[in-house]
Amino acid sequence: MEKAIEIENLSYSYPDGQQALRDINLAVGLGQTVALIGPNGAGKSTLLLHLNGILRSDGTVRILGVPLEDKNLKWVRSKVGLVFQDPDDQLFSPTVFDDVAFGPINMGYAEEEVRGLVGQALEWVGMKGYEERSPHHLSVGEKKRISIATILSMSPEILVIDEPTANLDPRAKWELIELVAGLPMTKIVASHDLEMVAALCERTIVLDKGKIAADDATSNIMSNTPLLQRHGLAPASGIIEPQYRGPSPNR
Amino acid sequence: MKHGFLDRYSDLGSFIHKLDPRTKVITTFAFILVVVLTPPPRWQAFALYFALIAGLVLLSKIPPLYVLKRSLVIVPFVLFIAIFIPFLKPGELSGSYNIWIWQISHSGLLILWNVVIKAWLSVLSLILLSATTKFAELLNGLEQLRLPKVMVMILSFMYRYIFVLVDEVIRMKQARDSRSFGGKRTWQLKTIGNMVGTLFLRSYERGERVYGAMVARGFEGQTRTLSRPHFRMADLYFAVVFLICLALVSLSLLI
Repeated sequence: MEKAIEIENLSYSYPDGQQALRDINLAVGLGQTVALIGPNGAGKSTLLLHLNGILRSDGTVRILGVPLEDKNLKWVRSKVGLVFQDPDDQLFSPTVFDDVAFGPINMGYAEEEVRGLVGQALEWVGMKGYEERSPHHLSVGEKKRISIATILSMSPEILVIDEPTANLDPRAKWELIELVAGLPMTKIVASHDLEMVAALCERTIVLDKGKIAADDATSNIMSNTPLLQRHGLAPASGIIEPQYRGPSPNR
Repeated sequence: MKHGFLDRYSDLGSFIHKLDPRTKVITTFAFILVVVLTPPPRWQAFALYFALIAGLVLLSKIPPLYVLKRSLVIVPFVLFIAIFIPFLKPGELSGSYNIWIWQISHSGLLILWNVVIKAWLSVLSLILLSATTKFAELLNGLEQLRLPKVMVMILSFMYRYIFVLVDEVIRMKQARDSRSFGGKRTWQLKTIGNMVGTLFLRSYERGERVYGAMVARGFEGQTRTLSRPHFRMADLYFAVVFLICLALVSLSLLI
Protein backbone atom coordinates (compact mmCIF):
# COMPACT_ATOMS: atom_id res chain seq x y z
CA MET A 1 0.00 0.00 0.00
CA GLU A 2 1.22 3.50 -0.76
CA LYS A 3 2.16 5.49 2.31
CA ALA A 4 0.68 8.89 3.14
CA ILE A 5 2.82 9.44 6.23
CA GLU A 6 5.98 7.71 7.39
CA ILE A 7 7.73 8.67 10.63
CA GLU A 8 11.10 7.19 11.60
CA ASN A 9 12.93 7.56 14.91
CA LEU A 10 11.21 10.80 15.84
CA SER A 11 12.05 12.24 19.27
CA TYR A 12 11.25 15.68 20.57
CA SER A 13 11.96 17.62 23.74
CA TYR A 14 10.31 20.86 24.76
CA PRO A 15 12.58 23.90 25.13
CA ASP A 16 12.56 23.32 28.91
CA GLY A 17 14.13 19.88 28.37
CA GLN A 18 11.02 17.79 29.08
CA GLN A 19 10.85 14.91 26.65
CA ALA A 20 7.56 14.90 24.74
CA LEU A 21 8.13 12.24 22.07
CA ARG A 22 10.48 9.24 22.25
CA ASP A 23 11.52 7.27 19.21
CA ILE A 24 8.24 7.32 17.28
CA ASN A 25 8.03 4.99 14.27
CA LEU A 26 4.84 4.73 12.32
CA ALA A 27 3.40 4.61 8.83
CA VAL A 28 -0.09 5.51 7.64
CA GLY A 29 -1.38 4.21 4.34
CA LEU A 30 -3.23 6.39 1.83
CA GLY A 31 -6.93 6.57 2.54
CA GLN A 32 -6.68 5.20 6.08
CA THR A 33 -8.45 6.77 9.03
CA VAL A 34 -6.22 6.47 12.07
CA ALA A 35 -6.96 7.46 15.66
CA LEU A 36 -4.25 8.69 17.95
CA ILE A 37 -5.45 8.16 21.52
CA GLY A 38 -3.81 8.65 24.86
CA PRO A 39 -4.25 10.48 28.16
CA ASN A 40 -3.69 14.22 28.57
CA GLY A 41 -0.06 15.11 28.10
CA ALA A 42 0.75 11.94 26.17
CA GLY A 43 2.23 13.93 23.29
CA LYS A 44 -0.64 13.67 20.80
CA SER A 45 -0.73 17.34 19.86
CA THR A 46 3.07 17.52 19.73
CA LEU A 47 3.15 14.61 17.30
CA LEU A 48 0.48 16.28 15.12
CA LEU A 49 2.53 19.49 14.94
CA HIS A 50 5.38 17.46 13.42
CA LEU A 51 3.22 16.27 10.54
CA ASN A 52 3.32 19.61 8.73
CA GLY A 53 6.62 20.86 10.04
CA ILE A 54 5.45 23.42 12.60
CA LEU A 55 7.69 21.53 15.02
CA ARG A 56 10.91 20.00 13.70
CA SER A 57 13.33 17.66 15.40
CA ASP A 58 15.65 14.77 14.67
CA GLY A 59 14.07 11.82 12.96
CA THR A 60 12.49 11.66 9.53
CA VAL A 61 8.95 12.59 8.55
CA ARG A 62 7.94 11.62 5.02
CA ILE A 63 4.74 12.97 3.48
CA LEU A 64 3.52 11.11 0.37
CA GLY A 65 7.00 9.67 0.13
CA VAL A 66 8.81 13.03 0.25
CA PRO A 67 11.02 13.80 3.29
CA LEU A 68 9.96 16.99 5.07
CA GLU A 69 12.62 19.67 4.62
CA ASP A 70 12.84 23.45 4.86
CA LYS A 71 12.52 23.89 1.12
CA ASN A 72 9.31 21.91 0.71
CA LEU A 73 7.46 23.18 3.81
CA LYS A 74 4.97 25.06 1.69
CA TRP A 75 4.17 22.01 -0.38
CA VAL A 76 3.86 19.86 2.74
CA ARG A 77 1.46 22.35 4.34
CA SER A 78 -0.71 22.33 1.25
CA LYS A 79 -0.89 18.51 1.44
CA VAL A 80 -1.29 18.10 5.20
CA GLY A 81 -4.19 20.11 6.63
CA LEU A 82 -4.03 20.55 10.39
CA VAL A 83 -7.16 21.52 12.35
CA PHE A 84 -6.30 22.88 15.79
CA GLN A 85 -8.27 21.87 18.86
CA ASP A 86 -9.61 25.27 19.88
CA PRO A 87 -11.68 26.81 17.06
CA ASP A 88 -10.91 30.23 18.54
CA ASP A 89 -7.28 29.58 17.57
CA GLN A 90 -8.13 28.18 14.17
CA LEU A 91 -10.52 30.99 13.25
CA PHE A 92 -8.67 34.28 13.54
CA SER A 93 -10.26 36.44 10.84
CA PRO A 94 -13.08 38.95 11.20
CA THR A 95 -15.38 36.96 8.92
CA VAL A 96 -15.91 33.30 8.08
CA PHE A 97 -15.14 33.97 4.41
CA ASP A 98 -11.77 35.55 5.19
CA ASP A 99 -10.84 32.59 7.33
CA VAL A 100 -11.79 29.89 4.85
CA ALA A 101 -10.07 31.89 2.10
CA PHE A 102 -6.86 32.38 4.11
CA GLY A 103 -5.23 29.10 3.05
CA PRO A 104 -6.08 29.27 -0.67
CA ILE A 105 -4.97 32.93 -0.85
CA ASN A 106 -1.65 32.05 0.75
CA MET A 107 -1.25 29.26 -1.76
CA GLY A 108 -1.51 31.85 -4.48
CA TYR A 109 -4.77 30.90 -6.16
CA ALA A 110 -6.50 33.49 -8.34
CA GLU A 111 -9.57 35.22 -6.99
CA GLU A 112 -12.14 33.17 -8.92
CA GLU A 113 -10.55 29.92 -7.78
CA VAL A 114 -10.43 31.12 -4.16
CA ARG A 115 -14.13 31.98 -4.21
CA GLY A 116 -14.91 28.59 -5.75
CA LEU A 117 -12.84 26.71 -3.15
CA VAL A 118 -14.38 28.64 -0.26
CA GLY A 119 -17.90 27.96 -1.50
CA GLN A 120 -17.14 24.28 -1.98
CA ALA A 121 -15.51 23.91 1.45
CA LEU A 122 -18.41 25.63 3.23
CA GLU A 123 -20.91 23.52 1.33
CA TRP A 124 -19.01 20.39 2.33
CA VAL A 125 -19.34 21.17 6.03
CA GLY A 126 -22.93 22.40 5.66
CA MET A 127 -22.15 26.02 6.50
CA LYS A 128 -23.06 27.75 3.25
CA GLY A 129 -24.53 31.19 3.86
CA TYR A 130 -22.26 31.87 6.85
CA GLU A 131 -19.63 33.73 4.76
CA GLU A 132 -20.13 37.18 6.25
CA ARG A 133 -20.69 36.06 9.84
CA SER A 134 -18.20 36.82 12.56
CA PRO A 135 -16.75 33.62 14.08
CA HIS A 136 -17.39 34.86 17.60
CA HIS A 137 -21.13 34.75 17.18
CA LEU A 138 -21.26 31.09 16.18
CA SER A 139 -21.89 28.02 18.34
CA VAL A 140 -19.01 25.69 19.17
CA GLY A 141 -20.34 23.10 16.73
CA GLU A 142 -20.53 25.65 13.91
CA LYS A 143 -17.03 26.91 14.72
CA LYS A 144 -15.70 23.34 14.57
CA ARG A 145 -17.28 22.81 11.16
CA ILE A 146 -15.86 26.03 9.83
CA SER A 147 -12.45 25.13 11.28
CA ILE A 148 -12.56 22.01 9.14
CA ALA A 149 -13.70 24.07 6.14
CA THR A 150 -10.64 26.34 6.52
CA ILE A 151 -8.54 23.26 5.84
CA LEU A 152 -10.77 21.64 3.21
CA SER A 153 -10.53 24.82 1.11
CA MET A 154 -6.83 24.00 0.62
CA SER A 155 -7.82 20.56 -0.77
CA PRO A 156 -5.32 18.63 1.37
CA GLU A 157 -4.60 14.96 0.81
CA ILE A 158 -4.10 14.30 4.50
CA LEU A 159 -6.45 15.72 7.13
CA VAL A 160 -5.13 15.95 10.68
CA ILE A 161 -7.66 16.89 13.39
CA ASP A 162 -6.87 17.52 17.04
CA GLU A 163 -9.74 16.65 19.41
CA PRO A 164 -12.59 17.23 16.95
CA THR A 165 -15.31 16.46 19.50
CA ALA A 166 -14.00 18.42 22.49
CA ASN A 167 -16.66 20.68 24.05
CA LEU A 168 -19.44 19.45 21.75
CA ASP A 169 -22.84 18.32 22.95
CA PRO A 170 -23.86 14.82 21.79
CA ARG A 171 -25.91 16.01 18.81
CA ALA A 172 -23.19 18.33 17.51
CA LYS A 173 -20.64 15.60 18.19
CA TRP A 174 -22.41 12.94 16.14
CA GLU A 175 -23.09 15.39 13.33
CA LEU A 176 -19.40 16.21 13.24
CA ILE A 177 -18.41 12.54 13.27
CA GLU A 178 -20.73 11.97 10.33
CA LEU A 179 -19.15 14.92 8.52
CA VAL A 180 -15.59 13.70 9.08
CA ALA A 181 -16.53 10.14 8.11
CA GLY A 182 -17.77 11.45 4.76
CA LEU A 183 -14.44 13.08 3.84
CA PRO A 184 -12.48 10.93 1.43
CA MET A 185 -8.87 11.80 2.27
CA THR A 186 -6.39 10.14 4.65
CA LYS A 187 -7.32 11.16 8.19
CA ILE A 188 -5.46 11.29 11.48
CA VAL A 189 -7.63 12.08 14.49
CA ALA A 190 -6.15 12.74 17.92
CA SER A 191 -8.59 12.33 20.77
CA HIS A 192 -9.46 10.60 23.98
CA ASP A 193 -13.09 10.30 22.98
CA LEU A 194 -13.21 6.53 22.53
CA GLU A 195 -16.83 6.60 21.40
CA MET A 196 -15.86 8.70 18.40
CA VAL A 197 -12.74 6.65 17.70
CA ALA A 198 -14.75 3.44 17.62
CA ALA A 199 -17.23 4.97 15.19
CA LEU A 200 -14.75 6.68 12.89
CA CYS A 201 -11.36 4.99 12.74
CA GLU A 202 -10.35 1.55 11.50
CA ARG A 203 -6.94 1.72 13.17
CA THR A 204 -5.88 3.08 16.56
CA ILE A 205 -2.51 4.07 17.92
CA VAL A 206 -2.16 4.42 21.69
CA LEU A 207 0.34 7.06 22.75
CA ASP A 208 1.44 7.42 26.37
CA LYS A 209 4.34 9.37 27.86
CA GLY A 210 5.62 10.16 24.38
CA LYS A 211 5.87 6.54 23.24
CA ILE A 212 3.69 4.37 21.06
CA ALA A 213 2.16 1.86 23.44
CA ALA A 214 -0.03 -0.02 20.98
CA ASP A 215 -0.91 0.10 17.29
CA ASP A 216 -3.69 -2.17 16.10
CA ALA A 217 -7.15 -2.40 14.57
CA THR A 218 -9.57 -0.25 16.57
CA SER A 219 -11.76 -3.23 17.51
CA ASN A 220 -8.77 -5.05 19.03
CA ILE A 221 -7.70 -1.99 21.04
CA MET A 222 -11.21 -1.30 22.29
CA SER A 223 -11.73 -4.86 23.50
CA ASN A 224 -8.38 -4.90 25.29
CA THR A 225 -9.58 -3.43 28.59
CA PRO A 226 -6.31 -4.03 30.51
CA LEU A 227 -4.43 -2.02 27.84
CA LEU A 228 -6.91 0.86 28.07
CA GLN A 229 -6.74 0.78 31.85
CA ARG A 230 -2.94 0.79 31.82
CA HIS A 231 -2.93 4.00 29.80
CA GLY A 232 -5.63 5.82 31.66
CA LEU A 233 -8.28 5.38 28.97
CA ALA A 234 -10.73 3.24 30.95
CA PRO A 235 -11.77 3.33 34.63
CA ALA A 236 -9.28 1.40 36.70
CA SER A 237 -11.64 -0.98 38.45
CA GLY A 238 -14.01 -1.46 35.55
CA ILE A 239 -16.90 -0.33 37.73
CA ILE A 240 -17.51 3.30 38.48
CA GLU A 241 -17.87 3.77 42.20
CA PRO A 242 -18.30 7.15 43.81
CA GLN A 243 -15.15 7.79 45.82
CA TYR A 244 -16.20 11.04 47.43
CA ARG A 245 -19.49 11.58 49.15
CA GLY A 246 -20.11 15.17 50.09
CA PRO A 247 -21.85 16.23 53.26
CA SER A 248 -25.17 14.43 53.50
CA PRO A 249 -28.09 16.67 52.52
CA ASN A 250 -30.22 15.19 55.30
CA ARG A 251 -27.88 16.18 58.04
CA MET B 1 -21.53 34.68 25.01
CA LYS B 2 -22.96 37.24 22.66
CA HIS B 3 -21.46 40.66 22.27
CA GLY B 4 -22.31 43.34 19.83
CA PHE B 5 -20.86 46.51 21.20
CA LEU B 6 -18.31 47.33 18.55
CA ASP B 7 -20.27 47.55 15.35
CA ARG B 8 -23.85 47.31 16.51
CA TYR B 9 -26.42 48.50 13.94
CA SER B 10 -23.83 47.96 11.20
CA ASP B 11 -26.20 45.60 9.40
CA LEU B 12 -28.99 48.15 8.94
CA GLY B 13 -29.60 48.96 5.30
CA SER B 14 -29.51 52.74 4.89
CA PHE B 15 -27.69 54.32 1.97
CA ILE B 16 -24.90 55.36 4.33
CA HIS B 17 -24.39 51.73 5.25
CA LYS B 18 -24.08 50.84 1.59
CA LEU B 19 -21.38 53.41 0.83
CA ASP B 20 -17.86 52.20 0.13
CA PRO B 21 -15.95 52.08 3.45
CA ARG B 22 -13.22 54.22 1.88
CA THR B 23 -15.70 57.01 1.21
CA LYS B 24 -16.78 56.93 4.82
CA VAL B 25 -13.24 56.83 6.18
CA ILE B 26 -12.13 59.74 4.02
CA THR B 27 -15.16 61.93 4.74
CA THR B 28 -14.97 61.16 8.45
CA PHE B 29 -11.36 62.22 8.62
CA ALA B 30 -12.02 65.30 6.52
CA PHE B 31 -14.78 66.19 8.96
CA ILE B 32 -12.54 65.71 11.99
CA LEU B 33 -9.77 67.73 10.39
CA VAL B 34 -12.09 70.64 9.58
CA VAL B 35 -13.67 70.56 13.04
CA VAL B 36 -10.30 70.57 14.75
CA LEU B 37 -9.03 73.45 12.61
CA THR B 38 -12.08 75.68 13.21
CA PRO B 39 -11.28 78.62 15.54
CA PRO B 40 -13.06 78.05 18.85
CA PRO B 41 -15.02 81.35 19.04
CA ARG B 42 -17.06 80.47 15.91
CA TRP B 43 -19.79 78.67 17.76
CA GLN B 44 -22.14 78.98 14.77
CA ALA B 45 -19.80 76.74 12.79
CA PHE B 46 -19.89 74.10 15.50
CA ALA B 47 -23.66 74.25 15.57
CA LEU B 48 -23.71 73.62 11.84
CA TYR B 49 -21.22 70.76 12.14
CA PHE B 50 -23.48 69.22 14.73
CA ALA B 51 -26.48 69.69 12.43
CA LEU B 52 -24.55 67.94 9.65
CA ILE B 53 -23.72 64.93 11.81
CA ALA B 54 -27.23 64.84 13.28
CA GLY B 55 -28.67 64.83 9.77
CA LEU B 56 -26.48 61.91 8.77
CA VAL B 57 -27.40 59.99 11.92
CA LEU B 58 -31.08 60.43 11.06
CA LEU B 59 -30.45 59.32 7.48
CA SER B 60 -28.56 56.26 8.66
CA LYS B 61 -31.58 55.04 10.70
CA ILE B 62 -29.42 54.50 13.75
CA PRO B 63 -31.33 55.37 16.95
CA PRO B 64 -30.06 58.90 17.84
CA LEU B 65 -30.23 58.05 21.53
CA TYR B 66 -27.74 55.23 20.99
CA VAL B 67 -25.27 57.59 19.32
CA LEU B 68 -25.73 60.13 22.10
CA LYS B 69 -25.20 57.56 24.84
CA ARG B 70 -22.11 56.16 23.18
CA SER B 71 -20.63 59.63 22.82
CA LEU B 72 -21.27 60.45 26.48
CA VAL B 73 -19.20 57.46 27.51
CA ILE B 74 -16.14 59.11 26.04
CA VAL B 75 -16.79 62.67 27.21
CA PRO B 76 -15.67 62.11 30.85
CA PHE B 77 -12.14 61.37 29.65
CA VAL B 78 -11.97 64.65 27.80
CA LEU B 79 -13.60 66.53 30.66
CA PHE B 80 -11.13 65.12 33.12
CA ILE B 81 -8.27 66.58 31.14
CA ALA B 82 -9.99 69.77 30.15
CA ILE B 83 -11.52 70.68 33.51
CA PHE B 84 -8.20 71.92 34.85
CA ILE B 85 -7.45 74.23 31.98
CA PRO B 86 -9.59 77.22 33.10
CA PHE B 87 -7.75 77.21 36.42
CA LEU B 88 -4.29 76.89 35.00
CA LYS B 89 -4.47 79.47 32.26
CA PRO B 90 -3.79 82.92 33.70
CA GLY B 91 -6.47 85.47 32.79
CA GLU B 92 -5.39 87.46 29.81
CA LEU B 93 -8.76 88.81 28.81
CA SER B 94 -10.79 91.09 30.98
CA GLY B 95 -13.84 89.69 32.71
CA SER B 96 -12.42 86.77 34.58
CA TYR B 97 -14.74 85.14 37.11
CA ASN B 98 -14.06 84.34 40.69
CA ILE B 99 -15.42 81.16 42.21
CA TRP B 100 -14.40 80.82 45.83
CA ILE B 101 -10.61 80.89 45.75
CA TRP B 102 -10.08 80.05 42.10
CA GLN B 103 -9.73 82.49 39.34
CA ILE B 104 -11.38 81.28 36.18
CA SER B 105 -10.12 83.09 33.20
CA HIS B 106 -12.11 83.77 30.09
CA SER B 107 -9.42 82.39 27.81
CA GLY B 108 -9.23 79.28 29.95
CA LEU B 109 -12.95 78.70 29.55
CA LEU B 110 -12.60 79.13 25.84
CA ILE B 111 -9.94 76.42 25.77
CA LEU B 112 -12.21 74.11 27.74
CA TRP B 113 -15.05 74.72 25.30
CA ASN B 114 -12.62 74.21 22.44
CA VAL B 115 -11.42 70.82 23.69
CA VAL B 116 -14.84 69.51 24.67
CA ILE B 117 -16.78 70.50 21.57
CA LYS B 118 -14.11 69.33 19.15
CA ALA B 119 -13.62 66.02 20.91
CA TRP B 120 -17.35 65.45 21.12
CA LEU B 121 -18.02 66.24 17.44
CA SER B 122 -15.10 64.02 16.40
CA VAL B 123 -16.36 61.18 18.56
CA LEU B 124 -19.86 61.57 17.14
CA SER B 125 -18.51 61.24 13.61
CA LEU B 126 -16.46 58.18 14.56
CA ILE B 127 -19.49 56.56 16.19
CA LEU B 128 -21.41 57.21 13.00
CA LEU B 129 -18.59 55.60 11.01
CA SER B 130 -18.32 52.52 13.22
CA ALA B 131 -22.09 52.09 13.53
CA THR B 132 -22.68 52.19 9.78
CA THR B 133 -19.73 50.06 8.69
CA LYS B 134 -19.10 46.41 9.47
CA PHE B 135 -15.70 46.11 11.06
CA ALA B 136 -14.46 43.71 8.40
CA GLU B 137 -15.44 46.19 5.68
CA LEU B 138 -13.78 49.02 7.56
CA LEU B 139 -10.58 46.96 7.62
CA ASN B 140 -10.86 46.36 3.87
CA GLY B 141 -11.32 50.08 3.36
CA LEU B 142 -8.29 50.97 5.46
CA GLU B 143 -6.23 48.41 3.62
CA GLN B 144 -7.25 49.84 0.27
CA LEU B 145 -6.33 53.28 1.55
CA ARG B 146 -2.80 51.89 1.92
CA LEU B 147 -2.75 51.62 5.68
CA PRO B 148 0.23 49.28 6.35
CA LYS B 149 -0.89 45.64 6.29
CA VAL B 150 0.63 45.00 9.70
CA MET B 151 -1.64 47.66 11.20
CA VAL B 152 -4.67 46.20 9.45
CA MET B 153 -3.81 42.74 10.78
CA ILE B 154 -3.35 44.04 14.32
CA LEU B 155 -6.75 45.75 14.14
CA SER B 156 -8.30 42.61 12.72
CA PHE B 157 -6.89 40.44 15.52
CA MET B 158 -8.04 43.02 18.04
CA TYR B 159 -11.57 42.81 16.71
CA ARG B 160 -11.53 39.01 16.58
CA TYR B 161 -10.08 38.39 20.02
CA ILE B 162 -11.47 41.23 22.09
CA PHE B 163 -14.67 39.21 22.50
CA VAL B 164 -12.77 36.06 23.35
CA LEU B 165 -10.80 37.97 25.99
CA VAL B 166 -13.94 39.58 27.40
CA ASP B 167 -15.47 36.13 27.76
CA GLU B 168 -12.34 34.92 29.48
CA VAL B 169 -12.42 37.85 31.92
CA ILE B 170 -16.10 37.26 32.67
CA ARG B 171 -15.41 33.60 33.40
CA MET B 172 -12.46 34.47 35.62
CA LYS B 173 -14.56 37.01 37.51
CA GLN B 174 -17.32 34.45 38.02
CA ALA B 175 -14.80 31.91 39.29
CA ARG B 176 -13.37 34.52 41.65
CA ASP B 177 -16.70 35.78 42.90
CA SER B 178 -18.00 32.30 43.62
CA ARG B 179 -15.06 31.73 45.95
CA SER B 180 -14.51 35.19 47.37
CA PHE B 181 -16.34 36.49 50.40
CA GLY B 182 -15.13 40.03 50.80
CA GLY B 183 -11.73 40.28 52.44
CA LYS B 184 -9.43 43.22 52.70
CA ARG B 185 -9.02 45.69 49.90
CA THR B 186 -5.32 44.88 49.49
CA TRP B 187 -6.21 41.22 49.15
CA GLN B 188 -8.74 42.02 46.43
CA LEU B 189 -6.18 44.11 44.61
CA LYS B 190 -3.76 41.21 44.72
CA THR B 191 -6.41 38.93 43.21
CA ILE B 192 -7.01 41.40 40.41
CA GLY B 193 -3.27 41.54 39.79
CA ASN B 194 -3.13 37.77 39.53
CA MET B 195 -6.06 37.78 37.12
CA VAL B 196 -4.38 40.32 34.88
CA GLY B 197 -1.21 38.22 34.90
CA THR B 198 -3.11 35.05 34.05
CA LEU B 199 -4.95 36.84 31.28
CA PHE B 200 -1.67 38.02 29.80
CA LEU B 201 -0.16 34.53 29.88
CA ARG B 202 -3.25 32.99 28.32
CA SER B 203 -3.29 35.61 25.58
CA TYR B 204 0.39 35.06 24.93
CA GLU B 205 -0.11 31.32 24.58
CA ARG B 206 -3.15 31.85 22.41
CA GLY B 207 -1.04 34.08 20.21
CA GLU B 208 1.42 31.25 19.74
CA ARG B 209 -1.36 28.82 18.81
CA VAL B 210 -3.00 31.26 16.42
CA TYR B 211 0.33 31.79 14.71
CA GLY B 212 0.65 28.01 14.45
CA ALA B 213 -2.78 27.85 12.81
CA MET B 214 -1.72 30.56 10.35
CA VAL B 215 1.57 28.88 9.49
CA ALA B 216 -0.25 25.58 9.00
CA ARG B 217 -2.27 27.28 6.27
CA GLY B 218 0.71 28.59 4.38
CA PHE B 219 1.25 31.96 6.09
CA GLU B 220 4.76 33.21 5.35
CA GLY B 221 4.76 36.70 6.81
CA GLN B 222 2.91 38.66 4.16
CA THR B 223 -0.82 38.96 3.85
CA ARG B 224 -2.51 38.75 0.52
CA THR B 225 -6.02 39.83 -0.18
CA LEU B 226 -8.55 39.44 -2.92
CA SER B 227 -9.41 42.42 -5.06
CA ARG B 228 -12.19 44.53 -3.64
CA PRO B 229 -15.28 46.22 -5.07
CA HIS B 230 -14.89 49.62 -6.70
CA PHE B 231 -16.39 52.99 -5.89
CA ARG B 232 -19.92 53.49 -7.13
CA MET B 233 -21.55 56.71 -8.30
CA ALA B 234 -23.34 57.00 -4.94
CA ASP B 235 -19.95 57.24 -3.27
CA LEU B 236 -18.92 60.08 -5.52
CA TYR B 237 -22.18 62.00 -4.95
CA PHE B 238 -22.01 61.53 -1.22
CA ALA B 239 -18.37 62.54 -0.92
CA VAL B 240 -18.81 65.62 -3.11
CA VAL B 241 -21.99 66.82 -1.37
CA PHE B 242 -20.56 66.19 2.07
CA LEU B 243 -17.26 67.91 1.39
CA ILE B 244 -19.04 70.91 -0.21
CA CYS B 245 -21.27 71.25 2.86
CA LEU B 246 -18.21 71.05 5.06
CA ALA B 247 -16.34 73.66 3.02
CA LEU B 248 -19.35 76.00 2.96
CA VAL B 249 -19.79 75.84 6.71
CA SER B 250 -16.17 76.44 7.51
CA LEU B 251 -15.56 79.09 4.84
CA SER B 252 -18.76 81.13 5.05
CA LEU B 253 -18.05 81.95 8.63
CA LEU B 254 -14.58 83.17 7.88
CA ILE B 255 -15.93 86.06 5.87
